[in-house]
Amino acid sequence: MGEGLSDQSLADYAGVSAVAIEGVTKRFGDVVAVDNINLDIADGEFFALLGPSGCGKTTTLRMIAGLEFPTSGSLRIFGDEVGTLPPDKRPVNTVFQNYALFPHMNVLDNVSFGLRMKGVEKKSAATQAREMIELVRLDGMEKRKPSQLSGGQQQRVALARALVNKPKVLLLDEPLGALDLKLRQDMQHELKSLQRELGVSFVFVTHDQEEALTMSDRIAVMHDGKLLQVGTAEELYDQPVNRFVADFVGQTNLIDATVIDDEMIALANGTKIKAPNPYPGGTKVAMSLRPESISIGAPEDVPEEFRPTSLHGVVQEMNYLGHSHVYTVGVDWMPLEVRTNATPTSIKYEPGTEVAIWWDRRSDWVVPDEGYSS
Amino acid sequence: MTAVVDKPTEQARSATPEFEAANERQKRRRGFLLALPAYAYLVLFFFIPLGIVVAYSFATRTRNGSTSLSGWNLEAYRKLGEPIVSDILVRSLLLAVITTVICLIVAYPFSYFLATRSPAVRNLMLVFVMIPFWSNFLVRNYAWRVLLGNDGPASQLTQAVGMGETNILFTQTAVVLGLVYGFLPFMILPMYAAIERMDWSLIEASRDLGASGFQTFRNVALPLSMPGVIAGSILVFIPSLGAYVTPEILGGGKTTLLGSYIVVQFLTARNWPVGASVSTVLMLVMLLAALAYFRAGGRTL
Ligand SMILES: Nc1ncnc2c1ncn2[C@@H]1O[C@H](COP(=O)(O)OP(=O)(O)O)[C@@H](O)[C@H]1O
Ligand SMILES: [Mg+2]
Repeated sequence: MGEGLSDQSLADYAGVSAVAIEGVTKRFGDVVAVDNINLDIADGEFFALLGPSGCGKTTTLRMIAGLEFPTSGSLRIFGDEVGTLPPDKRPVNTVFQNYALFPHMNVLDNVSFGLRMKGVEKKSAATQAREMIELVRLDGMEKRKPSQLSGGQQQRVALARALVNKPKVLLLDEPLGALDLKLRQDMQHELKSLQRELGVSFVFVTHDQEEALTMSDRIAVMHDGKLLQVGTAEELYDQPVNRFVADFVGQTNLIDATVIDDEMIALANGTKIKAPNPYPGGTKVAMSLRPESISIGAPEDVPEEFRPTSLHGVVQEMNYLGHSHVYTVGVDWMPLEVRTNATPTSIKYEPGTEVAIWWDRRSDWVVPDEGYSS
Repeated sequence: MTAVVDKPTEQARSATPEFEAANERQKRRRGFLLALPAYAYLVLFFFIPLGIVVAYSFATRTRNGSTSLSGWNLEAYRKLGEPIVSDILVRSLLLAVITTVICLIVAYPFSYFLATRSPAVRNLMLVFVMIPFWSNFLVRNYAWRVLLGNDGPASQLTQAVGMGETNILFTQTAVVLGLVYGFLPFMILPMYAAIERMDWSLIEASRDLGASGFQTFRNVALPLSMPGVIAGSILVFIPSLGAYVTPEILGGGKTTLLGSYIVVQFLTARNWPVGASVSTVLMLVMLLAALAYFRAGGRTL
């Protein structure tokens, strides 16, 4: 950090965003990798950058790290403009996607590298490195080379190597991408508790929406270099701003519709459904309906209050997932997915059965039919 | 997979240890047969002449200038301790080291630059590096003689910028210049290969962890490109040490080096045992250099 950001300036800006991105664009020749994004990441926050491959997550992270410089816009870390400051002058560290451990150094030398480069005396650097190695539960592995470690262990070394420098912000680029499912889930918990313990902002890049939802305080959804929505897991899940976010975050049924007025919409087959919305009449929209918010039953069993939000259909498929039944119900113009809890007493609907499906008015969500080009 | 277990198939049977061992043996035998011509060639044209050279180095020079193979002795090796010969040895070593160091200093930044260009630029520049090989080594050395000669282009240039005449032809400086020119590509190519192979994210990781550009070079880039550095150094050092053409043409025969000395011993002085003993020592030095390289873990010659 040194010349980059003084402790004095950090104190002056107490309470400002850890990372503030304003109108940042990054072009590679003709490719607009990041398109005019605005983002504020708070101190101590677990923040996820979520989006499909190629949407600009890594580029955004690299600009915060200083490994890439914005084409335009302003980027501040704890209030200080870092624009074209080189990476070694920024109070941030990165856990790289492929870990990027130094193959010619053992674990201890890898972890103490940052301290040594800042001129910390050898013994003291080794002591701090050992503490960090212990924190990520790799004690006893100090003398091993990265090639002698498993993927999960290499991941921990990368983590320790970054954290030993006491960064103000830790950047992680799909750190769990290369691990198998079980290890991945363990590491998710570990990362989360590590972050709580250290109180440092984590900026976590992932294309796995489930991972983002379970780990993060807030999530930014990116698509085609644009930032579509920033919010908590609940906000993204329950109130997606557009069709893309609704589809990408969690599973959902997206039903094409047209706005009639601020209370009603017409589904693609003409069925009128009560769905409060802020859009002018005639707007093309999609209604997002989560599979678990839909109830299924015999056509005559639809409760009175759910009549305005019900449809008739035929069961096309039923899958038993242990904890739930997943039905594909054909409602004459499209199949919808319905998920019900599977209990010993729950009624099963075999394929071919005529059924009704209904939902609570508060659980549908109307999104503009934009932000979708994949 | 489970189906394979209870009903053994062809693949399942072929995976038994015995089968694999037999397979391995057969492969090795086939490999040996294929390599036989190469082995024969090596024995015939490399090991036998080498043996003859070593044998001659222990022989005696008769008074009329022929070589007597009876009566082995170390006379030829004793001669190496005499000031005339040891001076030549030291001077040759020194020039070879200087040449290697200059090549290192010139080639590293260039290779680094090369490895960081786009593939198209890279290939074009590699062609430029190799263009000199398209013409004869001897011709190129004579070209340098013209360049460095009295009132040649080099001299005219230094005069034009007011630095006076250059009179370096037939000096050790001219020899080093010619050797560097001749062997630089042998330094650049393995170095470039090593740097190009390096994982670039390691450089970024180093900067990210707070290392300056120079610290990154010193602690990450250089150690990782070391195999290329060592391979290049050996490829330059060995031919520099035994160089004959360049010292003869650009050194004007004034400062005799090992290569010239060996030639003189064989052709003019007709002292084959001494020529052979110097050659043997030279080969030993080269062998040690090669061993040092393999010890350092390099594999890219
Ligand atoms: N160095 C680069 N040169 C050219 N294009 C790049 C470079 N880095 C990224 N891109 C392009 O920018 C876009 C975003 O890439 P990236 O940020 O890596 O996406 P993500 O991490 O979300 O998968 C992609 O279209 C990618 O091809
Ligand atoms: Mg990426």
